[in-house]
Amino acid sequence: MLELITFSTLNGLLYGMLLFMMASGLTLIFSMMGVLNFAHASFYMLGAYFGFEISRRIGFWPGFVVAPLLVGAVGALVERYGLRRVHRYGHVAELLFTFGLAFVLEELVNMFWGKLPVDYRVPPSLDFVAFRLFDTTYPAYRMFMLLVAVAMFAFLIAVLTRSRVGLIIQAALTHPDMVAMLGHNVPRIFMLVFGVGAALAGLAGVIAGPALVTQPSMAALLGPILFVVIVVGGLGSLAGAFVASLLIGLVQTFAVAINVSLADVVGAEAAARLGDLGTVTVAQIAPVIPYLLLVLVLIFRPKGLMGTRET
Amino acid sequence: MRNPAEPMLQVDDLHAFYGKSHILHGVSFTVGRSEIVSLLGRNGVGRSTTIKAIMGDVPPHGSIRFKGHEIAGLRPHQVARLGLGYVPENRDVFPSLTVEQNLLLGCKSSKPTGRWSYEDVYRIFPRLRERATTPAGVLSGGEQQMLTMCRTLMGDPDLVMIDEPTEGLAPMVVELVGNLLTEIAQRGVSILLVEQKLAIALRISHRLYVMGHGQIVFEGTPDDLAANAQVRRDWLEV
Repeated sequence: MLELITFSTLNGLLYGMLLFMMASGLTLIFSMMGVLNFAHASFYMLGAYFGFEISRRIGFWPGFVVAPLLVGAVGALVERYGLRRVHRYGHVAELLFTFGLAFVLEELVNMFWGKLPVDYRVPPSLDFVAFRLFDTTYPAYRMFMLLVAVAMFAFLIAVLTRSRVGLIIQAALTHPDMVAMLGHNVPRIFMLVFGVGAALAGLAGVIAGPALVTQPSMAALLGPILFVVIVVGGLGSLAGAFVASLLIGLVQTFAVAINVSLADVVGAEAAARLGDLGTVTVAQIAPVIPYLLLVLVLIFRPKGLMGTRET
Repeated sequence: MRNPAEPMLQVDDLHAFYGKSHILHGVSFTVGRSEIVSLLGRNGVGRSTTIKAIMGDVPPHGSIRFKGHEIAGLRPHQVARLGLGYVPENRDVFPSLTVEQNLLLGCKSSKPTGRWSYEDVYRIFPRLRERATTPAGVLSGGEQQMLTMCRTLMGDPDLVMIDEPTEGLAPMVVELVGNLLTEIAQRGVSILLVEQKLAIALRISHRLYVMGHGQIVFEGTPDDLAANAQVRRDWLEV
């Protein structure tokens, strides 16, 4: 029991921090542009593939550094030459643009790397057991992922609250016109935020790729969960995105580990009246739980846990 | 390259539109170096639109020359970087940032480099020093007005355009604002003041323009306006 709780908590935190690495960028982009970027999870996928390609040719560590920068550059170009042009046709056009972009990126990945998962592996330098609790071991690579995610989080908070650029971003979120009239180039700040958001998603992909599966559908698998996170947290709220990321990370990880069904709780006879429903375990409904949470939040608290605007 | 006799700001035949409605119908005026010029008129005659068009926040049609550059068609941040400051009417402070952070965002680089320092601001408005680490959103209306004015000054503009700085302020604060305007002009900064209150405009302005229906209907010194009851009755008094 103790090991289940320990490992599920660790894995849940790790999954939550990975979600936050993407949700933070998505939230900042949404606050600035008022548009959900449907292609955000695609940047995560690009990060994993770029990381794989570089690690295959040069090594894991160069990929770890270069791949997020490349993804950030792709993001900045998408904003500068795509979204900014589409912007004048309104939010629906922007939404459709990012929606289409997600498919384009997935097809491009299909073309270059094929439909099958690629062999993106944990580097030998991190391929060992970090610690052992009872009979279960915990891989060092997972500790490394957690470390990177926490460092990224600290860096993001420091930049946003301490640096001048961070303050300009904060001000531009709510008062873009006034910020421009003080002499700051707001469109360039938008491009920067979009690029950094994409780079963060790319970094998440680079480190998650070897631990999970690097395949063309990884964006489509993760994207919906990401939207659950930012809606549950409250659209536009960075703190909300953080809380919701951890919440969903923990809930999903624990749910998978719990093999309890209704029959176990109320007894087999009472549960029998429910038919098959009585024998479904929590682990079996784990994938649905985030979406249930989404529906409940939308019904009972439409602005999200910490949001200020209606969704 | 630059004619020394050319005014700091020269607006010629300026037109502006909000959607399909034609707001400005050929506005022309000048502001000289270190000069305080007021733009008067009732609500809705296009005073605020005029300065927004100069900033590029509303698309301008016509000629706007600032320090010898044609600025019509430039983006707001480019206009600001040439040295034109704008203080909005609605006291657009950044509410979640502290007073000091608001002032920092007024600077165009990482430190104040021009005529104004934090120390100047805090000397003129000691209230802002006391509240330096307070989020600007919780300041009183008067304090927010001081902050918006000072924030713009931190960017070291050569001309500031100030929209209704005394709107809704207590008489004592109005006095403070008036003193600041005088100090701004003493440091060689030109002022274009948009006002509805005749008293303060008459007291500190060198020249005044009165607007009506999107056009300039009177131009003169405070003495000229004080002597002209007809203009005041037709275009200013409610």
